[in-house]
Amino acid sequence: MTTLVGRYGPGPAPEGPGPDGAPVVARKRPRSVLAYRARHSPTLIIGAAITLGLVLVAVLAPLISPYAPDHQDLYNILSGVSSKHLLGTDELGRDELSRLIWAGRTDLRVGILAVIFPFCFGTAMGTLAGYRGGWLDTVVMRAVDVLIAFPFYVLVIGLIFVVGAGTTGIYVAFAVVDWVVYARAVRSTTLVVRESDYVAAARTGGLPDWRILWRHVLPNTITQAVVYLTNDVVLVIVAVVTLGYLGLGVQPPTPDWGAMIGEGQEFLTTYWALATLPGIAVLITGLGLSLLGDGLADVLRPQ
Amino acid sequence: MLRYAARRVAAAVLVVFGVTLATFLLMHLEPGDPARAVLGLHATASAVAALRRQWGLNSSLPVQLGHFLSQLVQGNLGKSYIYNVSAASLIGGRIGQTAALVAVATVFAIIFTVPLSALAASRQNGVADHAVRTLSVVGLALPAFWFGIVLIEVFAVRLHLLPVGGEGSGFGGHLESLVLPGLTASFAMAPILVRSLRVGMLEVMDAEFIAVARAKGLGELRVLFGHVARNALVPTVTLLGLNIAYLIGSTVIVEQVFNLNGLGSLLLSSILNRDFPVVQATTLVLGAGVVIINLATDLLAARLDPRIRLR
Repeated sequence: MTTLVGRYGPGPAPEGPGPDGAPVVARKRPRSVLAYRARHSPTLIIGAAITLGLVLVAVLAPLISPYAPDHQDLYNILSGVSSKHLLGTDELGRDELSRLIWAGRTDLRVGILAVIFPFCFGTAMGTLAGYRGGWLDTVVMRAVDVLIAFPFYVLVIGLIFVVGAGTTGIYVAFAVVDWVVYARAVRSTTLVVRESDYVAAARTGGLPDWRILWRHVLPNTITQAVVYLTNDVVLVIVAVVTLGYLGLGVQPPTPDWGAMIGEGQEFLTTYWALATLPGIAVLITGLGLSLLGDGLADVLRPQ
Repeated sequence: MLRYAARRVAAAVLVVFGVTLATFLLMHLEPGDPARAVLGLHATASAVAALRRQWGLNSSLPVQLGHFLSQLVQGNLGKSYIYNVSAASLIGGRIGQTAALVAVATVFAIIFTVPLSALAASRQNGVADHAVRTLSVVGLALPAFWFGIVLIEVFAVRLHLLPVGGEGSGFGGHLESLVLPGLTASFAMAPILVRSLRVGMLEVMDAEFIAVARAKGLGELRVLFGHVARNALVPTVTLLGLNIAYLIGSTVIVEQVFNLNGLGSLLLSSILNRDFPVVQATTLVLGAGVVIINLATDLLAARLDPRIRLR
C-alpha cells in the first residue's frame, strides 16, 4: 500500500521543505531507484527493523534466554513478575520470557520454511500455466478452484489428520494448500507480460521458451509473488499458532506460542498474562512482517 | 442473465465434484486403520478383519470411490463409526449452530468494515485513512482465537456482560451467546475486507460520474452514500463471497474457543476419534457450502451490476 510520507522517484529534488517538513538537501542522483525508494519508505524501514530484531532474538535464543525453555523452577510456580523471572512463570514453573523467546524461534522457523515450497511451486505453476495456456492452464486452474473452495482451516486440519500432528504435518499441509495463491497471482501477470512487445521480440529472435520464461517473463512477474511472500509468512505463522492452540501443531515439549496460549487459557481468571503475552508476541511478529511486505510493495511497484 | 447463471452453475457443479474427489482421496490416503482405531488395541485380528469387510475397506480404491459416489447421489453421507448413526443426522444437528455463527459474523463484518472503509476512502492519506489502514495491518497479524480469549477475559470474566461460552437457552440467550464468537470470527475477516473495500471505493471516487455529482453541487455525504457506496456495493458482495471460505474455516477455531457445538467442533472431535465417515462428510458439507455461497454471491453481483454478466 502507500507509505506514510509522499513517495517520489529520483529526479530533480524540489526546492524548499519536503512533504514531511524536513528540508530537502540536494544530493547526488542515487545509483538505484529501488535503493532510493527503500530509504524513503518508513513502512519498509520500520518493518525491516522489527523483523530483523525478531530474527536476531530467535537465532540468539540459546545465548539470551535466561533459562532453558523446559527448565522447571518448582519453588516458583505461577509466580508473578520478579527479578528472578522477568515475566513470571507458568503452571510448571517454567520461565515465561525464556519460553516466549524459544517459541518464537520455533514458530518463525516453521513459518518461513513452510512457505518456501508453495512460493517456488506456485510461481512455477502460475508462470507455466499463464505462458503455455492450453490443457496445462486448464488443469492448474481447476485444481486452484477446488483448493480455494475448501475453507482454509478445514483443509489444513484434514491434511494434518492424514499426515499426523506436528511440524511435518504443517509442512505437508501448506505445500498442498498454499501454492494456489502464488499460482493465481503470477498467472494473471504472466498473461499480461506474455502479450508484451519484448516477449514477442524475443520469440521472433528465436529464443527457446525456457530462456524467454527465465530471462524475460519471470523477472517481471515474480515481484508480485515476493510481495505476497511476506504477507504469507504472517498468515502461516498465525495458522501455525492456531494449530498449536488446537493441539495439532508443534508438539510439546517444544515451546510454541499457540500451545502457550492454550495452556494459559485455563488460568485466564487468575493469571491472564500467560495467555495474553504469547498473543502479543504473535502480534508484533505479524506487524513487523506486514509492514515489511507493504514497504516492499511500495518499493517494487513499477512507476 | 440466464446464460451467465447456467455457466456459473456448471462451473460450481464441477468444483463440488472436485471437492468430493479431494475429500475422498484425503480420507483414504490416511495411514491408520479405522477398524483398529474403533475396536481398540486389544481387539483380535479376526474382529478387525470382520469390521474391515463390513465397511468395505478391503476393496480397491476405485471400487470404494464408486460406492461412495453412488451412496452420495442417494443422499447418504455415510454412517458414523463411533456413534452408529448416519453422518447426515449428526451434521443436521450441528449445521444450524455454524450457520448462525457465520450469519452473525457476516453482519458484524459489514457493520464494521463498510463505514470504516468509507471513512478511510473519503479522506485518502488523512489521519483517519492511516488509522484505519494501521488497524487492518494489526488485525491481520492477530490470531483470531487469541482475540476471542481476550474478549472472554474482558467482557465475560471482568465485566460479566456476556456468557463465557456455550449456547445459552431460548432465542435471546442463544443470540447473546453468539455475540462474542461472532465478533471473533468477523475479526478474522474484517482486515482483508477493509483493505479491498477501501481500494474499491477509491476507484469509484475517481470515476467521472462522481465528479459530475460534485459539480452538480451535491453535498459530500450525499455523494458518498448516494453514489460511491452504491457502486462499491457490488465489489463488497463479491468480496464477502470470496472470504466466506475463510470465515467458515475460522468457525472451526471459534467454536473451539467458545465451546459451541457446530460443524467445526464435530470435525475436530471426529478427527480425534478417527471417525472417517463423519470427517469426510463434514469436510464435504463445508466445502460444498463455500461453493454454494460463492455461486449465490456471484449471481447476486451479476444481478446488481449487468456489466459482470457480459464478461
